[in-house]
Amino acid sequence: MTDAAANAPILPRTTSLYELDARTVRRNRSEKRFRLYGLAAVMLGILALILLLVSILSNGASSFRQTYLTIPVTLSAERLDPSGNRDPAEMARVTTFGYLPVIAQSLIDFVAAEGIETDLNPQQFAGMISGEAPAQVRQRVLNNPDLVGQTVQLQVLVGGRIDGFFKGRVSMSSAARDSNVSPEQLLLAQALADNGAMVTRFNWRFVTAPDASDNRPEAAGLGVAIIGSVYMMLVVLFLALPIGVAASIYLEEFAPKNRLTDVIEVNISNLAAVPSIVFGILGLAIFINFAGLPQSAPIVGGLVLTLMTLPTIIIATRASLRAVPPSIRAAALGLGASKMQSVFHHVLPLAAPGILTGTIIGLAQALGETAPLLLIGMVAFVREYPAAPLEGFFDPASALPVQVYNWTQRSDPAFVERASGAIIVLLVFLIFMNAMAVMLRRRFERRW
Amino acid sequence: MPLLWTLTIVLLLGAAGYVLGRRRAIASAGGDVRLLHSLPGYYGTNVAMFTIVPALLVLSVWMLIQPMIIQSQITAMISDSAIEAAGSRDLVMTDVRRVANGLDSAIAEGGLTEDEARALRTDSSDIRARLAETGVALGGDVTPEVLNAAQQYRTLSRTGNLLLSATVLVLAGLGLGYAYSRTHQEFRARNAVERAILSILMLASTIAILTTVGIVFSMLFETFNFFQLYPWQDFFFGLEWRPSFEGGSDLGLIPLLWGTIYISIIALLVSVPIGLFAAIYMAEYSSKRTRSIVKPLIEVLAGIPTIVYGLFALITVGPMLRDYFAEPLGLGTSSSSVMTAGIVMGIMLIPFISSLSDDIINAVPQSLRDGSYGLGATQSETVKQVILPAALPGIVGAVLLAASRAIGETMIVVLGAGAAARLDLNPFEAMTTVTVKIVGQLTGDTDFSSPEALVAFALGLTLFVITLGLNVFALYIVRKYREQYE
Repeated sequence: MTDAAANAPILPRTTSLYELDARTVRRNRSEKRFRLYGLAAVMLGILALILLLVSILSNGASSFRQTYLTIPVTLSAERLDPSGNRDPAEMARVTTFGYLPVIAQSLIDFVAAEGIETDLNPQQFAGMISGEAPAQVRQRVLNNPDLVGQTVQLQVLVGGRIDGFFKGRVSMSSAARDSNVSPEQLLLAQALADNGAMVTRFNWRFVTAPDASDNRPEAAGLGVAIIGSVYMMLVVLFLALPIGVAASIYLEEFAPKNRLTDVIEVNISNLAAVPSIVFGILGLAIFINFAGLPQSAPIVGGLVLTLMTLPTIIIATRASLRAVPPSIRAAALGLGASKMQSVFHHVLPLAAPGILTGTIIGLAQALGETAPLLLIGMVAFVREYPAAPLEGFFDPASALPVQVYNWTQRSDPAFVERASGAIIVLLVFLIFMNAMAVMLRRRFERRW
Repeated sequence: MPLLWTLTIVLLLGAAGYVLGRRRAIASAGGDVRLLHSLPGYYGTNVAMFTIVPALLVLSVWMLIQPMIIQSQITAMISDSAIEAAGSRDLVMTDVRRVANGLDSAIAEGGLTEDEARALRTDSSDIRARLAETGVALGGDVTPEVLNAAQQYRTLSRTGNLLLSATVLVLAGLGLGYAYSRTHQEFRARNAVERAILSILMLASTIAILTTVGIVFSMLFETFNFFQLYPWQDFFFGLEWRPSFEGGSDLGLIPLLWGTIYISIIALLVSVPIGLFAAIYMAEYSSKRTRSIVKPLIEVLAGIPTIVYGLFALITVGPMLRDYFAEPLGLGTSSSSVMTAGIVMGIMLIPFISSLSDDIINAVPQSLRDGSYGLGATQSETVKQVILPAALPGIVGAVLLAASRAIGETMIVVLGAGAAARLDLNPFEAMTTVTVKIVGQLTGDTDFSSPEALVAFALGLTLFVITLGLNVFALYIVRKYREQYE
């Protein structure tokens, strides 16, 4: 520096201060450019977030609406109850295949009665109705055999392609190329919709119904997945919170400074960075292959997620224990409390809001975790609702994020809409949990 | 549920112990609480603890060991020919367990009586049909050997459960009696209780170690099995990944590792500049107000589950890249590609890089900035020539942590990168990663004695070692840097 200054002659400034010299202009320009880069980076980040959310919302919002057909269905006695004695056991012999023609015939009659012109054959009429509809009607009839022989106003699901037509996923030109639906069917659907018989309305069944098979996307729902996720969160909450808090109390308040505690601390920070899929391998090897717990059970998922969430909870708990000022401990000890009493009666209650916030954030993380659950068999196709807790923890179930993965692996494009819809449900849960954490922090945060 | 009953009885005994212990302590002090060594509640807790803790410990250990003992006894009953017929020992055992469970639920539903279940013979009745009547579906016909084993299995677990309940209840009673007899005015109940609580706390903190040990051992063990079936040189240096379940598969790590590294590099190329510039902007340029809005918004990206990013890659980014870049440029027709997965993973890592760098930049002392401004440097010159060099070790640490995240990431690559193992340079080609193959080899029905399934454990161990190494290295760098200013 000094050399450079000595060698370069310092020239007197000949221009006005109001006119910037070339070098300053260049430096200012570079300054502005740099600042712009920063701004662009921030904007890109936010843009990515917006793009992500818009993509999911625009694809998934329609899964909360479903097209239903409301027609008078004549539940003909000779078809549904051949023996004629209204015995549910006898009637159960008529499978769902027996119910489809009944509904299709009713649709044909309805179309004829309404005076809608169409040249579809009966098979194409039947093709407009969801494969799930006969099963639902059958269940209804078996529960109430007196319905047989009557004509009842029924609301039935229509097929996925017809539903896609009303949601803009299927068009006349795509139907012409599709073997599953014909443009004539779409024309009839349009006529029925103008007529008011076919309506697209809010669909609770998306949240409550179980999963459905590959060719019935219109009937697939999240019921089992939501229950599975809730069960796993319960397991995580009841295991990770007490264990995490106990471990943190020991490490923060009691542990002597020695080799063992050092090892534990390094261990915890490393565990937080282990890829989630490795926990899946652990779960598969230890909980399923070694301990013999059932596959796809929420208890196994819960245990794996507990191990994953523990580091998060321990780190958060230790931070909030550390934030409690030493004066509180000193005061408690001064009044004759034992060390244990000072921790459990004074420090822990003061740290509780922070611990809860950390726990909720850990739970939210666990709720969205997918990879380890794939390895312990949660991808299985489960249609049965698991039983009530304790026993239900051992029943096969799915989980919200795994259900998303599962639906992305299906061939029918209607499942993409379902997967996005499932993500919306997942995000709603996450937003709710995070909002609760923020609220807790705002409400109870104390600064000393 | 007899187990639940045992548990309830133990807990009730504990509650009774609390009341009894407390009362006896007060009585021993003649009703004057001040004469006791500890508060009366501690005497109660002490008795309750002695009742519950040993009983529960025995219960959990027993439940862990009993299935193993029964398993080994039953396996001894099954002949080698039956194992060969079914394909593997595990499959026979699964059958045995299913038949046993089927008999249990048939009894529960009233389709069979206890004696009938014990006397069932394959030659006299069709087990499969009888169980199907009560709603228990079996895959195939039941051989006499399996039925025999299943009946034995049931008897063994019944006696085991009975013994368990008896032992646990006796133990709870003994604990209660012992602690109750020790309860006295002079007894140091608080110290006893606190010692016990301390050991529980200590136990909880070792779970972290147990988890690590579990991870390492579960993978080491199976990896060892894998290398007995498949030469390790071929695994680590093989250039082909072509598993076939008829045997003779090529299971080379290199193509998977290449896919993993390629995708991670693209992810870092996306996230490091964006994250770093965003951090610089937020730390050095933006007003407090902007920062308070922008920072949480970017951090929302960190809270979004990876499956959401995966779906984003699958339905939006993948088709977009294919339609606007890959196909016009003639580079490929696949919507899942290295680029898709890399870009989406990059987006996921932005908040990771930006918030770590933000902390590091903020930790650079203000005096350095002031010195630079005092010499006439502009803000950007200060950032480039003073702050970044000072923060460099920390930023390198952050990038390494992000790299370890990228390498271990699963859902984005499962949905965005494809499944074809390929050694290629074209970023618009589908490639696969270590994590994708772990998922691929271990989902669905897997036979844990074939190298095609066991290879997943070797892959997992490789992944674990790489990410752990990166993490340790990154933390070392970050810690070393931090010491300079504190």
